Amino acid sequence: MHNEQEKVVEIRGLVKSFGENHVLRDVDLDLYKGENLVVLGKSGSGKSVLIKIMVGLLKQDKGTIKIFGIDTASLSQKEMNKFRLRIGFSFQASALYDSMTVRENLEFPLVRNVKNLTRKEIDFKVEELLDSVALPDTINQMPSELSGGQKKRIGIARTLILNPEIMLYDEPTAGLDPVTCIEINNLINEVRERYKTSSIVITHDLTCAKQTGDRMAVLIKGHFTSVGTFEKVFEEATDKQVKSFYDYNFIR
Amino acid sequence: MSKIKKVDRPVISKKLDEFFLGMAKAFAFVKRFFKEVWFPPYEFKEVLRQCYEIGYRSLPLISLTGFIIGIVFTNQSRPSLAEFGAASWLPSLISIAVVRALGPLVTALISAGKVGSSIGAEIGSMNVTEQIDAMEVSAINPFKYLVVTRTLAATFMIPILVMYTDFVALMGSFASVNANELVSLSTFFVQVFEAVSFLDIFSSVIKSLVFGFTIGIVGCYKGFNSSRGTEGVGQAANSAVVMSMFLIFIEELLIMQIVNAIRYA
Repeated sequence: MHNEQEKVVEIRGLVKSFGENHVLRDVDLDLYKGENLVVLGKSGSGKSVLIKIMVGLLKQDKGTIKIFGIDTASLSQKEMNKFRLRIGFSFQASALYDSMTVRENLEFPLVRNVKNLTRKEIDFKVEELLDSVALPDTINQMPSELSGGQKKRIGIARTLILNPEIMLYDEPTAGLDPVTCIEINNLINEVRERYKTSSIVITHDLTCAKQTGDRMAVLIKGHFTSVGTFEKVFEEATDKQVKSFYDYNFIR
Repeated sequence: MSKIKKVDRPVISKKLDEFFLGMAKAFAFVKRFFKEVWFPPYEFKEVLRQCYEIGYRSLPLISLTGFIIGIVFTNQSRPSLAEFGAASWLPSLISIAVVRALGPLVTALISAGKVGSSIGAEIGSMNVTEQIDAMEVSAINPFKYLVVTRTLAATFMIPILVMYTDFVALMGSFASVNANELVSLSTFFVQVFEAVSFLDIFSSVIKSLVFGFTIGIVGCYKGFNSSRGTEGVGQAANSAVVMSMFLIFIEELLIMQIVNAIRYA
């Protein structure tokens, strides 16, 4: 599926601890252009920490992260901000600005990062994105008036407004009913097809992983124990912990 | 955000370490404000929105409190002055008390409760729900958008509110003086302006600017550094009020000493 030649993300020897809690221990990971990589692991295993380090919300203790061949640790704050425009981050709880309407939520990053846009161009972009997440009627609603699934969709639309090349989804299906989960999984696949993004999906939901991922990476005790296709990682799993993770998800 | 590093073992004792670390963090926060306030992008629209929230929305509370303070302070002072046959000095006494101390202090304390807690809770809740992180990953500077705007709005609006409180308190005082001593409005205000000096008004404005800045920056600092969880939001709002009030009293004491030194020099 992926183009072996073109790595968009290259993580080597990543270490991160919070006091005595060693969350990531010598993590290596690659993301190839156009692929959806799913990072799986139990709650508190450091999945979200990994992607937060990628966008500079947290700093690693050791190791390197190269995105588009650039070492993110070497970037100044100004350079990092420019760099962030190429990466979209969809938050677990959507993180919509609750004092703004849906329209204002989508406009906010656009008008602050793209200069000299006319009102017509802004409206066109906002409406186009709301159409793409199938929520055009919510444009004047406040986040408090939206359901959990709608919030996730609007959060993804807001992230897409800056045309990112990489999408990072933090637990996109957490707290949603099974039908809405499938809708969000489909949306993640649509985003990849339509906007030609490469994505990392953080989840502990194997259904989401199976539906959205080209490759899986299982994070256990700060290491990626298995990386590969869903079949290779789970159905042919020999590792006890990976097996139990699979069994728990499908037996329950 | 901050370059201050936490060491694993206590340098002095755990509590003292935390205190000094907190002081250093707060100092770095204030320093960052003065660094960021001069450079674009300037969020004029957000500053105006905050001025409306802080200023206009505080008017009903400030009006009521100011008017009552004017009446109560006049009624409480009258018997003491009357004992010396100096009840006619009431307008002078009240105006000095209101302009020099009561107006700025009462307005600042009310604003610390109303504005400081609201800023602390709002930013704290944005922190907890990752809205601040969302700004950061969208290459928007949350410090500039949230902290600089709110602190500037509080710094500009508190002096205006103080002047308004002074006026309303004097009107309350006039209502009492007029009812008891039958003094006319013009006579009342002639006495007021005779008693109040330029230094009184100037020091009141400077004091209000300092109080406004304190309320804004403390609210933002507490909100920005709130711990995760809903409990943290409540704590941020609460400690924003307590810390602002504490600092306002210290500042009042210091500014009063400086102004008195100038006055009697």
